[in-house]
Amino acid sequence: MSKDLFRTCPESGLQFHKPAELLMRSNAVLAVVILLFGGITALLVTLTRWPKVHLLAADRFYQMLTLHGVNMLIFWMITFEIAVLYFCSSTLLRCRLATPKIAWLGFALMLTGIIVNNAAVLNGDASVMMTSYVPMPANPNFYLGLILFAVGALLGCFVFLGTLVIAKEEKTYEGSIPLVTFGALTACIIAVFTIASGAVILIPTYLWSLGYIHNIDAAMYRLVWWALGHSSQQINVAAHVAVWYAIAAIVFGARPLSEKVSRTAFFLYIAFLQLASAHHLLVDPGLSSEWKIFNTSYAMYLAVLASMVHGLTVPGSIEVAQRAKGFTNGLFQWLRKAPWGNPVFSGMFISLIGFGFIGGISGVVMGTEQINIIIHNTIYVPGHFHATVVIGSTLAFMSLTYFLIPTLFRKQVMLPELAKVQPYLFGGGMIVFTMAMMGAGTLGVQRRHWDMAFADNIANGMITYDYPGTAVAFMGVVGISGVAAVLGGAIYILVTVLSVFFGRPVGSESSYGFTTSTLTRAEPIAVPDGGHAAAGKWGFAAPGTFLLAMFFLVVFVLYYAVNWKYLASVWPMS
Amino acid sequence: MSAIQPPAEAIWWKQPLDRVEGTWIAIALVWSLFMFFMMPIWHIYGKQNLSNEAYRTTPQAYLAKTQAMVDQYTVRTETAANLPVVHPPPGSDVYLVGRLWQWWPLLELEQGQSYRLHISSIDWQHGFSLQPVNINTQILPGYEMVITITPDTSSDQTIICNEFCGLGHHNMTGKIYVVGDGQ
Repeated sequence: MSKDLFRTCPESGLQFHKPAELLMRSNAVLAVVILLFGGITALLVTLTRWPKVHLLAADRFYQMLTLHGVNMLIFWMITFEIAVLYFCSSTLLRCRLATPKIAWLGFALMLTGIIVNNAAVLNGDASVMMTSYVPMPANPNFYLGLILFAVGALLGCFVFLGTLVIAKEEKTYEGSIPLVTFGALTACIIAVFTIASGAVILIPTYLWSLGYIHNIDAAMYRLVWWALGHSSQQINVAAHVAVWYAIAAIVFGARPLSEKVSRTAFFLYIAFLQLASAHHLLVDPGLSSEWKIFNTSYAMYLAVLASMVHGLTVPGSIEVAQRAKGFTNGLFQWLRKAPWGNPVFSGMFISLIGFGFIGGISGVVMGTEQINIIIHNTIYVPGHFHATVVIGSTLAFMSLTYFLIPTLFRKQVMLPELAKVQPYLFGGGMIVFTMAMMGAGTLGVQRRHWDMAFADNIANGMITYDYPGTAVAFMGVVGISGVAAVLGGAIYILVTVLSVFFGRPVGSESSYGFTTSTLTRAEPIAVPDGGHAAAGKWGFAAPGTFLLAMFFLVVFVLYYAVNWKYLASVWPMS
Repeated sequence: MSAIQPPAEAIWWKQPLDRVEGTWIAIALVWSLFMFFMMPIWHIYGKQNLSNEAYRTTPQAYLAKTQAMVDQYTVRTETAANLPVVHPPPGSDVYLVGRLWQWWPLLELEQGQSYRLHISSIDWQHGFSLQPVNINTQILPGYEMVITITPDTSSDQTIICNEFCGLGHHNMTGKIYVVGDGQ
């Protein structure tokens, strides 16, 4: 093993394996390119669902919505996550990456899959939405592209696992792997399950589309497909929680409150998150209530418990670190004095709050067996998952990018003033966007629907429906806030592309573009006299975070109760 | 050591819990269990539950049953396409077909009466969304779903398809009229 295969980042102290570095860069750049395509389609879809604008024709709308879903939910997320996996193994463990050639093969397969799939949709005969529910047929290349991409991603997962083995063999670290790597391992295990489920359903569907298989049962398709569709979003959850911990460590030098609790919470993800396929089947025929209740609750909400634990321990570890630095006044000085002008932190914290308060609560509420009756397939559903996947995962990945530009790409962040605003514009836009969608969904507005005004039906003497004015107004808010969020996304892409391709090389800490010089090399905090609790209150090491968590719980309980009340007003059914 | 470094203590699993974590885990666990038991409890005490009664069927068999109901109970026709409006007797089995791109036939039900509503698709997947009361279920080809339903409000309801089913998806509508007793 040659020494010049490695370089040590002088500012962050991170050690990069050069072949791994090139792979991380390539995966990250590819991910951002996909995000650009996804963002353009996002704008077109938003402008069509904005009732006053109603931009696209129906066929074009469904085509763009299909592209938006597949590119964002599958291709952007997983491609970026492969870069995160390589970072969490090779870089954090200071180890060479296993089999870079196979990693490149995986990259090539992913890229090919993306092109084949997107070309099929652009060709016009695969506007079947990301879910491609049988028996609605699509161009076979739609499925083929997904399969190729999945095989490539699977190779990436194996490279990650192989790197863990090498690191252990070559003793590049002592003791256990870091918590962030443990989180990445969680994401990887869920990814392998996800991709296997994808293979089980997409390969037969591909053969069906070619005419080799006569029939695919619609209910079976949904059950297995959602083990791909929902679990793939659980990869994102595990990955972005790992990114939260990483950013808390990078910016504050925060250490986990306790390794045991955080790791057990990740383990609960591995054990229970995959049951969430049931969330999509709660009002399907052919399944029993017992099955639905057990699976939709991840077996008694144990994965929700895990997220609630991370939701406390991530900000809790930041609070403890800040208190150790002397920000001990009152309950919230640690938070007020946080570096809100540093997008690495601000993006991460908005991601945490948005994921928990909006995405988490709405997910549990609509995943309740009976409450799903008033929410299934309304625009409430995309409201929920834009809060988890966009505010939660995408914004977390964006904030990580602002750290990776100087460390991984060795470039200064260009347009730092714009970058500072970006998490607020993107996160704020998405917060309004998701809540307006939930409002509209509660009033019965449909997802994946071209025209809530039913103009065609009115013109042709067919049955129509007049949505309440409030619902139309909510969709207007969706349009406006969606455009704001797209603008925030555009700034991210602009800053990233300019920095990576045209940025000045990083010369010293002061040229990062942000005042992160002391933060990027943040040393792990020291334990104060009398333990962390001494710097807190009530015997709690993180009393401010605890109060925030209790506030979260109150919101959760109230919103949960309101939805039961709403359900009780609906026609009796049995 | 921070979260991006190996744990400081080799035996990290013996590190005691901080009080803030222990307290929160206990609270969160209680809330999780409460939410879990709410679902079976609602099956016992709540009035809005899906029976999950369902049968395998075929498009031909299901259409035949629906046609028989339409032949027997049609009271009038409506819309440019002359769709039949069916007024079946209270308590009876009512059949609704989802197909590209309409809900067929139109239904007229009596307020406060219960009906066994059967729904199936004869082609692709559809979504049954009843507005404004806001009841939503998934409709699959090959499966006949049965819901015992009791319209307890007098407002007429529109059925909108809420599962994407191709180019005419947004045109796919239907109707459930709710009429008072003796009408």
